[in-house]
This record gives sequence, structure tokens and C-alpha cells, in this order.
Amino acid sequence: MSAQTLYDKLWSSHLVREDADGSALLYIDRHLVHEVTSPQAFDGLRLHGRKPRRIDSILAVADHNVPTTDRSGGIVDPISRLQVDTLDANCEAYGITEFRMNDPRQGIVHVIGPEQGATLPGMTVVCGDSHTSTHGAFACLAQGIGTSEVEHVLATQCLVAKKSRAMRVRVEGELGRGLSAKDIALAVIGQIGTAGGTGFAIEFAGSAVRALSMEGRMTLCNMSIEAGARAGMVAVDDTTIDYLRGRPFAPKGEMWSRAVAHWRTLVSDPQARFDREVHIEAASIEPQVTWGTSPEMVAPVSARVPDPAAISDPAKREALERALAYMGLTPGVAITELEVDKVFIGSCTNSRIEDLRAAAAVIRGRQVSARVKLALVVPGSGPVKQQAEREGLDRLFQAAGFEWREPGCSMCLAMNDDRLMPQERCASTSNRNFEGRQGAGGRTHLVSPAMAAAAAIAGHFVDIRGEL
Amino acid sequence: MQKFERLDGLVAPMDRANVDTDAIIPKQFLKAIGRTGFGAHLFDAWRFKDPGEPGMDLTRRVPNPDFVLNAPRYVGAQVLVARANFGCGSSREHAPWALLEYGFRVVLAESFADIFFNNCFKNGLLAADLPAELIDRILQGVATQVGYRLVVDLPSQSVILPSGETCGFEIEPVRKRSLLNGLDEIGVTLENVDAIGAFEVAHRASQPWLFA
Repeated sequence: MSAQTLYDKLWSSHLVREDADGSALLYIDRHLVHEVTSPQAFDGLRLHGRKPRRIDSILAVADHNVPTTDRSGGIVDPISRLQVDTLDANCEAYGITEFRMNDPRQGIVHVIGPEQGATLPGMTVVCGDSHTSTHGAFACLAQGIGTSEVEHVLATQCLVAKKSRAMRVRVEGELGRGLSAKDIALAVIGQIGTAGGTGFAIEFAGSAVRALSMEGRMTLCNMSIEAGARAGMVAVDDTTIDYLRGRPFAPKGEMWSRAVAHWRTLVSDPQARFDREVHIEAASIEPQVTWGTSPEMVAPVSARVPDPAAISDPAKREALERALAYMGLTPGVAITELEVDKVFIGSCTNSRIEDLRAAAAVIRGRQVSARVKLALVVPGSGPVKQQAEREGLDRLFQAAGFEWREPGCSMCLAMNDDRLMPQERCASTSNRNFEGRQGAGGRTHLVSPAMAAAAAIAGHFVDIRGEL
Repeated sequence: MQKFERLDGLVAPMDRANVDTDAIIPKQFLKAIGRTGFGAHLFDAWRFKDPGEPGMDLTRRVPNPDFVLNAPRYVGAQVLVARANFGCGSSREHAPWALLEYGFRVVLAESFADIFFNNCFKNGLLAADLPAELIDRILQGVATQVGYRLVVDLPSQSVILPSGETCGFEIEPVRKRSLLNGLDEIGVTLENVDAIGAFEVAHRASQPWLFA
């Protein structure tokens, strides 16, 4: 057999059938479900008198709508409450495992899957959420799907799919001090663009990726979709296996040994060919800050806001002008001069324990700037929150003036009460800086957790490398 | 699913790249548990000057006169013509639901984001990418000619311009078949139920830890 990429292996080992025109039925091992994209799918099942095929493959959690403040009285917003209640009722009706809002294991779906060991190497993973690519960090074929596909997977355990092309992004060498997976992700998007990965499955490789923790690899794969790729992945190594050992849903005993032996094969063969290769030197990556309304509108923190006058293509110039107008930015201003009104540390991109540690390390007894109206830390899950509290991070954040909240998607997409007001500028560890994403008229700058914490303290963006 | 065969429809332009699904249907409308009611909020933040919230009285909204779809000449448009990477971002299927309910049956763009593109076909919304040069010409035509229409013919996979010029587009055969016949995709997949069952048995034997 010819040399295979990791993606080839994951694809071919889940093929139920493949037609001559390339249309395939792909078997799905893990189906993660949340409240926003599932109610219509469950309705569809009922309408057609169908039932979920494999209840044991499904794990559900409410994350998008849940309040991050005190939840003991339930959800106040009646529309949000109905959506979460609907998920609870659907899970109850079909016997689906669900971490309800007040379950200590509740959290963002892309944090809890890996944390519980419900995401395992070699799996196909789907969820009605574009950031499902996160799970590819475990050498999974993980992709976001729409609601019709949620219904399709519930009913058939399969996805109708067509094989993507394979891209390898190699990041070689050592990252500079204070740099993180988030900076790699933004630098990759800056290089290939938000549509650079469209039609591809991306494998992240190279020594800088190997050196990342599982948390870092999840951040990197999470942002694959921001480069246009539905799936991102990293090959299995000791880091993967060490992370999974002892997780509640992970195999145990003799089954663990069998699984590990299989997982070790989940790497691209040395001679495997990719349709596209991208190479980045880790040492060349600076802390990244987005300045526009698309993740590809990104620059190193040492740069200045770009000048539309320097762009000859009229369509690109107009897009740039529109982005700067929305963001309230003047061309030529140093990124470090941009003052922030709010700071958000959280989201499926950056709410894991390592992210919170990185943010906390920047504080060193200092206070959130008086000009910052709100600095939020929203842990990705109950277990992340508990771990952080065991390490005293909650007290450290609160003493500095950050608010310490309950787990959920929160201000990444502002479906609950955590949001930006019009024209407010935010340093955010989330994944999208689209217009209105964090609240109508809000201005989002995507950064790493350390960069967000440093901006909270200074009241403007700072180069984290001078802080450490 | 709604069938699609041939349409002779008024064209509306969306002359910007990277139109994301947050713009197509903002997050506050995703709290609904049904499949309807999204058309009224298509491009809400661009279409209206007042902040949109679910359940609000639509007759009291303040339309943004500068937003292209609010121009009287585009009322009733069924074909949306856009630039590159249309539908990027979130996987929300509410985006095609909103476009369809507003009245669009076809989106033509230089390129699409994968998940959005896929979601369109699950709902009878035809999405097709055309060369940038052709999109340019169509957008120029729309700008200069009030009432600019296109004929979109699925069986022959062609777009016919007012000049009579006919341009082909690509579509995967399985998607074409589904659209033409308005097929229930789950029903089609379930015709393979034996193959799925057989795969499952073998998969369980080789990787039993994947099954609880």
C-alpha cells in the first residue's frame, strides 16, 4: 500500500461506502450535541418517526446560552431557558448522556469532550458547531456540521461526505518566550488567509507543534476553521496518550493497552504526499493581534494599523476601509497604542487550565487598568474551574480586578448576557472578530491569553515579550 | 426538502468578500427551537438601524436605507450574487434557513466556505461558484440595469445572462440529484442500513473501546 497521510487513515477506516463520483458515507464514532443546533434535528427525527441509532455515541451539554453568573436560580432569559430545557428534554426522552447546567462536569462542548476522554484518537467526531475541529488535536477526524447533518448522524450514524484534499502546516523550531499556540494559529491564518484551507483537511506538524501540550494543540486545531479548513489534526505521540490516561470515558486496563497500540499508528507515513505544504519558522512568529473584522486581518503586536492608501486593488482597499471604519481605527497607529474597554479570557479556543495559567502569570500582583470596564475570566468547564481554584488562580484574578465566572461560551459569541456594547473595544482570547460577534457594534481584537491579560493590566495592547 | 429545477429570478448584489454567517443571521436569533422566523432577521445588523432582538415587533424596525437589500429595486430578489468565501464562520444552518425564508433560492459567489455550502444543499438552496470575472460582469450588470435577472437551470447546470450568454457551473452529481428530486437524504442513506450495520460490527470488533 502506498504511503498514507493521517487524514487518509482516518478517512479510509470509517468508509461505509464510497461511490465512483467520490460521494461517501462516513461512519461517525462520537457525536457531541449542544442546545443551539440540535432542537430542529430532534424535531426532524420525531417528524419522521426515527430514533437515534447509537445513543452511546452521543454526549450532550448546554454551553452557548448558559449564564456565567450565579445559576442557582436557573436561566432568567425565557428564550435561552426554553432552548436549554429543550435539550434537557430531548436527552431525557432518548436516554442520551448529558451534562446539565449545574453538573460539575458542564462546560464548553469542545473542552469537555477531551477532558472526559470522550474524544479519543482515531475517532470520527462531529458536532453542530464549526469549532469541532478542536478535537483533531487527538488525531481524530473532527468536523463541524449543520443541523440537517446532526439529524442525519443521529438517524444513521453516518455523514454524507466527500474526501477533502490534504494540507500539512509544518511549524519548525522553537517559539519565543511568551508565545503560544494562539499566536501560531493566527500567524498561519495571516499567511494562508481565511479561505486558504477551504476544501482541505490540515495536519499540523513540525517540532513546534510536537512541543505543544494537548491544550495548545486543541487551540491550534480549533482555529483551523478560521483558515477555512473544516478539520485540523495532529498525529498521536506520548503527549496525546499521557493526556488521555485515566480520563473517565477513556478505555481502561487491557482495553487501554489495545487502544494505545492502535493509536500509535495514527501518524502520517514518512513518504505520504500532501496536496499542499505550508512551512513556518516558529522563531519568526511574534505575538499576534487582529486589527480587523476577519481573523486574517492580523499583525504582530509590533506593527501598525495598515493603510488602505497603500493597496492598489480597489476591492481589497474597500474591504480594508470598511474594516477600519467598523473597528474605529486610524491607519498608521501602533497596535500597542490601542486602548481596550473590555477583556475576555475564555472560549473553546483558550479557556483550558494552561490558558488560565498563562494569563495569571502575567498579572504578578498588578491591577486591571482603571480604563478597563470589565475583565472576564470564563473557565472552559467545571473541572477547569476547580483545578484553577485549587491552584489559587481565581483569587489571583479576582485580586487583580478580573471577574471569575461559571463555564460556558460567554462573550465569544454573546448569546448570554456577556457582551460588548457598541464601539467597545475588546482584547479577546476567542476565535472570531466578525462584525457584531461579541455584541452589536463591538470591536474584537483576537489575542492569546497572556496578551489579553497584559492588555487588561496596561489598558492597551502591550508586547508580552517585554513583560516576562 | 424543497425541489429546485429552474429559476428566472431577480438578482440582488452582495458585493463584499468574507460575508460570515454571523452577519447573515446574528447570534441572538439562534435561540429559537424551530426552523422558521429567521428570514425577518436576515442580515439584521446591516438591514436595520435599531438593534434586533428575537420576538420584537417587526413593524417598528428602523431599516437602514444604505443597505443594498433595502433598495426597492431588489425587493423580491431570488438570486444573491456575492464575492469570495461567502458563508464563512459558524456552522449555523440558520443562515441558509434565513436566506430561503427571505426569498432567495440561489446564491452565486466566487467561492463559499465549506460548511455553509454544504448546509445550503440540505435545504433546497442552490449554491454555485462562478469565476471571479463572471461575478464581476454580473455585478456590473446588476449595478447598471434595474430589474437585472438571471436564469439558473439545474438540469443543464447553466446560468443564462440577460444577453443570452450561457455559463456553466459545477455541482456534485449527488447534490444535483437531491435538489432535482427534493430527496430526503436520511431516507436515501437508510437504504444502506445493512452496510452500516455490517460496518458497525467490524468496527466494534477491531476497536471495541469505541463502543460503550
